[in-house]
Amino acid sequence: MNNLIEIKGVSHAYRTRSGPLPVLDNLNVTVPQDEFCAVVGPSGCGKSTLTRLVSGLMKPDRGEVWLHGERVTSPRKTVGMAFQNPVMLEWRTILENVMLPLEIVAPQMKRAEAEARACHLLEMVGLKGFEAKRPSELSGGMRQRASLCRAIVHRPDVLIMDEPFGALDNFTREDLWQTMRDLRAAEPFTCVLITHDLRESVFLGDQVIVLSGRPARTQYVLDVDLPADRTIDILYTPKATEMLHVLRDQIRIAQGRDGGH
Amino acid sequence: METLQKIAVPLAAIAAFLAVWELIVWANGWPNYVMASPTDLPAAYVRFWELFLVMGWQTLWRTVLGLGLAVIFGTLLGMVMGFSRLAREALYPLLVGFNAVPKATLVPVLALLFIGQHDFNTVLMAFLISFFPIAVSVGIGLSTLEPEYRDILRALGASRFTIFRKIALPKTLPEFFGALKVSVTLAFIGTNLVEIVSPHGRGLGALFKSGETNGDYPLMFAVLIALAFLGIVLYYAVVLLERIFAGWAERPQG
Ligand SMILES: Nc1ncnc2c1ncn2[C@@H]1O[C@H](COP(=O)(O)OP(=O)(O)O)[C@@H](O)[C@H]1O
Ligand SMILES: [Mg+2]
Repeated sequence: MNNLIEIKGVSHAYRTRSGPLPVLDNLNVTVPQDEFCAVVGPSGCGKSTLTRLVSGLMKPDRGEVWLHGERVTSPRKTVGMAFQNPVMLEWRTILENVMLPLEIVAPQMKRAEAEARACHLLEMVGLKGFEAKRPSELSGGMRQRASLCRAIVHRPDVLIMDEPFGALDNFTREDLWQTMRDLRAAEPFTCVLITHDLRESVFLGDQVIVLSGRPARTQYVLDVDLPADRTIDILYTPKATEMLHVLRDQIRIAQGRDGGH
Repeated sequence: METLQKIAVPLAAIAAFLAVWELIVWANGWPNYVMASPTDLPAAYVRFWELFLVMGWQTLWRTVLGLGLAVIFGTLLGMVMGFSRLAREALYPLLVGFNAVPKATLVPVLALLFIGQHDFNTVLMAFLISFFPIAVSVGIGLSTLEPEYRDILRALGASRFTIFRKIALPKTLPEFFGALKVSVTLAFIGTNLVEIVSPHGRGLGALFKSGETNGDYPLMFAVLIALAFLGIVLYYAVVLLERIFAGWAERPQG
């Protein structure tokens, strides 16, 4: 399997008033095609920065980001993004929100075709019948579902998500994990998911990367060898519990609190 | 039923206002050269109806033209300030200072600069007095656009112009219309200010002035009511436009 995402020796620092703030330090990550890479790490360690570098919104000070064998220097149409805030455009209906990327990426596409594509995705995430609604008429979880549809409507190679389920309650979150799993089963794409929920990382990830505290390095990589068609129950198996333990310990180390005192 | 109520309630309020006005004049026994009462007004309208139409139209078109210029210039200025921090920092104090100058002081200045250009002066004043709220609201609307809104399109390689057209512009519309509601009233005041103060003016302001010169108090009050009516029409025209173009911003009422 070829690597779709390659992050090679990436370092980055923000220029702030009190001098440079190193955020990423010689980071190396590879994600094979159609694999799901979950990234966890202490708050403020540089996870969002990582997503902005992979999507080409920012250029790293040092090192290289490669997607599909091409060096990333600017944003590209083959990437989809979802944020913690679902950022729905209030003046558009849900359907029009989902269609937005197609207007940029495939302006020549017929409206009917674009609509059909968007409707199909909305149906898959359980939003059939809400196409004509305004974002303000939907719950947070439903808006996040629509946001996911928008992120993949143009069939990107890579979906980059920055804590997309972070603001949702536990049950809604678990529902969305399963939606995510179903979407990927229907049309595979490579995923990078930033999260602060270890259960989420194990349920969805093929690998979980633990970043150290700022400046972030790759501190630990966990191979999640669980079957692809997971259900929530799998999180209660000894194997998953063991993995969660390992991750919990690694986070503690990343936070600079060895041994759990 | 609901629309009936929407029309009937404000009409009833206006009727009550006129009744109280009449009552106060009657109770004090004021003759109409001290204070006209509502029952004096119909006669004034009947006598001068042609003048009211001509002058009302003059006031209306100058106000709308001045406001139109303010919308164009204010939006452009707001865009410059919204996109460039340098421009924002440079222009802001200047604008605030300009806005603080009482516009009445500009009337003689304009009158000297553009002697006899009554139409031009009036439109210019309507413009000068009303562009500020628009510039500020557009500027703030654009500069406070959450980065995530930009990023959903920027991550796809969309151009700055596309991001402006698809995100920044529609997102700023509610603020824009909020400012426009203030500006339309200001432009109206600006127009009337010049009409009243300039010698040989035109428009409803000049009609008011001639009422004053001739000691025709019913005419003066009739003009005031006509101005109020025109002001209401202009304001609700903006509200209507807002409904059409930024109706999405209205929260569904629960
Ligand atoms: N544009 C910026 N300018 C300066 N500092 C920033 C900027 N963006 C983020 N930071 C800082 O960089 C660090 C990492 O930020 P971020 O990548 O958002 O962390 P995370 O998503 O892991 O919480 C934080 O300390 C944050 O304050
Ligand atoms: Mg973050």
